[in-house]
Amino acid sequence: MPLFSARVLVSLRPSVLDPAGEATRAAAARLGVDGVRKLRIGKAVEVELEAADAKAAQQQLELLSDRLLANPVIENWTLELKDDITAGA
Amino acid sequence: MTLGVVVFPGSNCDRDVQWAAEGCLGIQTRFLWHEERDLSGLDAVVIPGGFSYGDYLRCGAIARFAPVLQEVAAFAERGGRVLGICNGFQVLTEMGLLPGALTRNQKLHFICEPTELRVQPGSCSWLQGYTSGEVVNFPIAHGEGRYQADPELLQRLEDGGQVVLRYCSNPNGSVGDVAGLSNAQGNVLGLMPHPERACDPATGGVDGRRLLASLLAG
Repeated sequence: MPLFSARVLVSLRPSVLDPAGEATRAAAARLGVDGVRKLRIGKAVEVELEAADAKAAQQQLELLSDRLLANPVIENWTLELKDDITAGA
Repeated sequence: MTLGVVVFPGSNCDRDVQWAAEGCLGIQTRFLWHEERDLSGLDAVVIPGGFSYGDYLRCGAIARFAPVLQEVAAFAERGGRVLGICNGFQVLTEMGLLPGALTRNQKLHFICEPTELRVQPGSCSWLQGYTSGEVVNFPIAHGEGRYQADPELLQRLEDGGQVVLRYCSNPNGSVGDVAGLSNAQGNVLGLMPHPERACDPATGGVDGRRLLASLLAG
């Protein structure tokens, strides 16, 4: 079965306070990088998934992103699906 | 009267709940390992505090898929009484049994201290032993207890009388000072503070007793 590679980026929704991002922004200033106006922390999840075809892979990854990797109440997600990587594996 | 107490790998308040219920109030308890599917004979279920499955990904995100919780969801659906404390509250929101989400405390610190709460029992069956507007003291112990809901959802919860516990002095940045929420039916309660740690006079106050003792009323 073809193997697909994907990266799911999970970010806090803009309306949700990110205290960890704010703390990191404060540390950036202490480092001497004081021009940072915004810093928000999310997650990058790398996934390799076996699926019948690209469409099936897309469907499975959307389910995974929406129901497990991100909590839609507080987070947004985007999905980058790469082509079948079986040949290169 | 038998109270089920869910135990995940990483739960650490399961025995506190057992002591509060059994040791302090004489309510029989039964531990439910996370793979358990048999809830027969139980009158109520507690999802206790701790760090279920290490709280990887998000607090409660992995626990949501535990076999025992599929049964707990069905139990709640049938009107069974479910109480989620701390991590248990986080799990209830991840399961969708209660709306909103619990996020990192505003000031990032893990906070462990006694906390005053105002109770508005409404129709929540767990809180019928308290009077409306009463102030009680339960300890909190959490790093991710900042309740988050968008303004429309919060308004809906306020209008529906589901904000049953509020911090008198908001420690973590929760919207609406929310410390605990009931579902619309009143059989499911989730709260960040620990009523089970306010049951034994040897370790502090006893304001939490009436919450668990509600199981013995009626």
